[in-house]
Amino acid sequence: MRVLVAMSGGVDSSVAAALLVEQGHDVVGATLKLWGGPSDSGCCSVADVEDARRVAQQLGITHHVFNLTEEFDRNVVAPYVGEHALGRTPNPCIECNRTMKFDRLLHRADRLGFHRLATGHHARVTGADTASASDSGADLAPALSSWQLRRGADPLKDQSYVLSMLGQDALSRVVFPVGDMTKDEVRAHAHRLGLRTAGKPDSQDVCFISSVEGRQAFLSQRVELHPAEVVDGDGRPAGSVEAVELVTVGQRRGMGHGSDGKRRYVTHVDVAARRVTVGSATEVLRTSVLLAGPSLTWVDQPLTAGARAVAQVSAHGRPVPCTLVAAASVENDLIEVRFDEPQRPVAPGQTVALYDMLDPDAVVGAGIAA
Amino acid sequence: MTYLDHAATTPLRPEVAAAMAQVHADPAGLGNPTGSHPPAQRARRLLEEARDEVAAFLGRDPGDIVFTSGGTESANLAVLGPAETARQDRGEAVLLYSAVEHPAVRESARAAAKAGLDTRELPVDASGIVDPDALARTLSSRATSVSIMTANNETGVVQPLRQLIETIRQRAPNAYVFTDAVQAAPYLDLADITAGADLVSLSAHKVGGPVGVGALAISSRVLLEPRQHGGGQERERRSGTQDVAGAVGFATALGLVMAERATAGPRVAARRDRLRDGLLHAIDGAYRTVPAATTDILPGHLHLCVPGVEREELLVALGEQDICVSGGSSCASGALQPSHVLAAMGVTPEMAAGALRFTLGYGTTDADIDRALQVVPAVVAALRRGG
Repeated sequence: MRVLVAMSGGVDSSVAAALLVEQGHDVVGATLKLWGGPSDSGCCSVADVEDARRVAQQLGITHHVFNLTEEFDRNVVAPYVGEHALGRTPNPCIECNRTMKFDRLLHRADRLGFHRLATGHHARVTGADTASASDSGADLAPALSSWQLRRGADPLKDQSYVLSMLGQDALSRVVFPVGDMTKDEVRAHAHRLGLRTAGKPDSQDVCFISSVEGRQAFLSQRVELHPAEVVDGDGRPAGSVEAVELVTVGQRRGMGHGSDGKRRYVTHVDVAARRVTVGSATEVLRTSVLLAGPSLTWVDQPLTAGARAVAQVSAHGRPVPCTLVAAASVENDLIEVRFDEPQRPVAPGQTVALYDMLDPDAVVGAGIAA
Repeated sequence: MTYLDHAATTPLRPEVAAAMAQVHADPAGLGNPTGSHPPAQRARRLLEEARDEVAAFLGRDPGDIVFTSGGTESANLAVLGPAETARQDRGEAVLLYSAVEHPAVRESARAAAKAGLDTRELPVDASGIVDPDALARTLSSRATSVSIMTANNETGVVQPLRQLIETIRQRAPNAYVFTDAVQAAPYLDLADITAGADLVSLSAHKVGGPVGVGALAISSRVLLEPRQHGGGQERERRSGTQDVAGAVGFATALGLVMAERATAGPRVAARRDRLRDGLLHAIDGAYRTVPAATTDILPGHLHLCVPGVEREELLVALGEQDICVSGGSSCASGALQPSHVLAAMGVTPEMAAGALRFTLGYGTTDADIDRALQVVPAVVAALRRGG
């Protein structure tokens, strides 16, 4: 089948492309130019594009560069800045996957006649008609069977969390060729093929913020940052912060120690009042998180109130058993995820991925903390 | 393959390849042209014969011709060389350039601005033609140089250069006029059109010559600092051992262009017109990017806006059908970037979304046009259907 593989210039997508070529598919590579500004990491720099192009040449496949900087700015960077201005903690990688890779690029792949879009994500897509899907893109019949999104084989590199918002439509058209491999296996394969990206370090952090510049400098050029007072649970002064917009609920760094000598954690951020509230490790624990109803997405069938699930609240967070509860208070546009055991709080804006209680590698859905 | 991207680069003409091979094949050997032994003297003779040809092409004195590595280096020298002299002599330089200049000129001017020099962009009309009133208003006796390309690389629109130069001479007699004639070279009589300019740049690979060779004509009145320092070659205007075989190839290509000029332009224009009319007829909603009233366009250029498709997708889909066209200029990563030329002409980003440049060359055949007329509308229709 005809496959468009998104090549970031990293080792995972390089090997993804190589595997598809080895499997005999008609493969074309594409690198997205997403960020027009300075960058030293992630997916946007010229050096990364060159790596991707050279790997494509080594594999003997055509390679294109798609300039999506304007849309990336609109769909990912602007909301990232806007959310921070509200004191929320967005995940731009998830928004990029949602709006750019698995929407914009996926539709482009469709229009260009590709049956599948491949990426180098460590996750697995399985479905009853996986076998027949190799013929063409037209024979998909999700009415009879549904596609599953599952954790990647390497528990340390699993990226199902950042894909947890994908639904049947996207899953029916994507492939993650390295999802069955460990990172070591991926690198070994790249070495065997002599790909120049074999030893390249994993990308870290947010691709559009350079490590030299940092998050605070990046945001300070785009939004006004305000100092704030830090108070304890009783409203007593407990210090100050430079930028309330950069403080995250649950954060420990920079909050110092309480009168008992123990570490303090952010329990609440009030941007409007310029106030950060801190508490002890026990005080910061929460038994639940509210998810905004409109943000909820389901891999297939929605979970209903009372359903059991396993929640993961960050890219490599520990999965925790939970129960879904319809939030009684607000007019049904919030869902409460109640943890079996108290957890560090989930910052507003963070994504909560829900996995199947009985099959904990399978993603069920996702939502964004209100 | 249907190659319709001659403004990007032209295939090396067989006569050129033969002439270059001959330079290297000669048992007499090829030395460094600055030396004194026989192979060096041979190299020097070939170089100067090539220079004579380039000078004849531009209607200039051979001493005015400096060989460079291509159009970009020529433009850098033309823009930044006089600017540096002016800065050293007067402590300032004022550089004017049209809003539709090639990046080689535009970015050179920007580099000058970054270095603290005064640079001013000249606005253009909807066709990309420099506004003569704005030019007159912007000009002052302080102007160091004015850069106005002979014809645009994206649209092919030819500037009324003589008229604009007249205005410059009246307002700022000391200002140098630089014209980037890289795109115009395959078709226009530059000896005539650029006669009033002080600096004229050319590139070999746009006229069937090799990549990596270019020239800058520098009138004797022009004072400029070199950009490259070293052995003082090219009368101390461009150091570095000259590429003799490249210069020979360049001269051969220009000789062919001159010999064929009377017939090549009308022939290519007729094919371009057939392509244009056919595509406009077959693609719903397609229109010419340059207003129809503008007629002075290079024979090989056709710029179209195709609504309802994205040019990145068009280029991929056409490439898969072996139709080679261009969607504009690319940045360092190879990604297409929004065209400053179209923006300066007032073309909105929405209109430019499906903009495509077809450029025909001397070797473009009727069969190429037939094939493009057959494939392009079908590809557009498929993309509009959603694949």
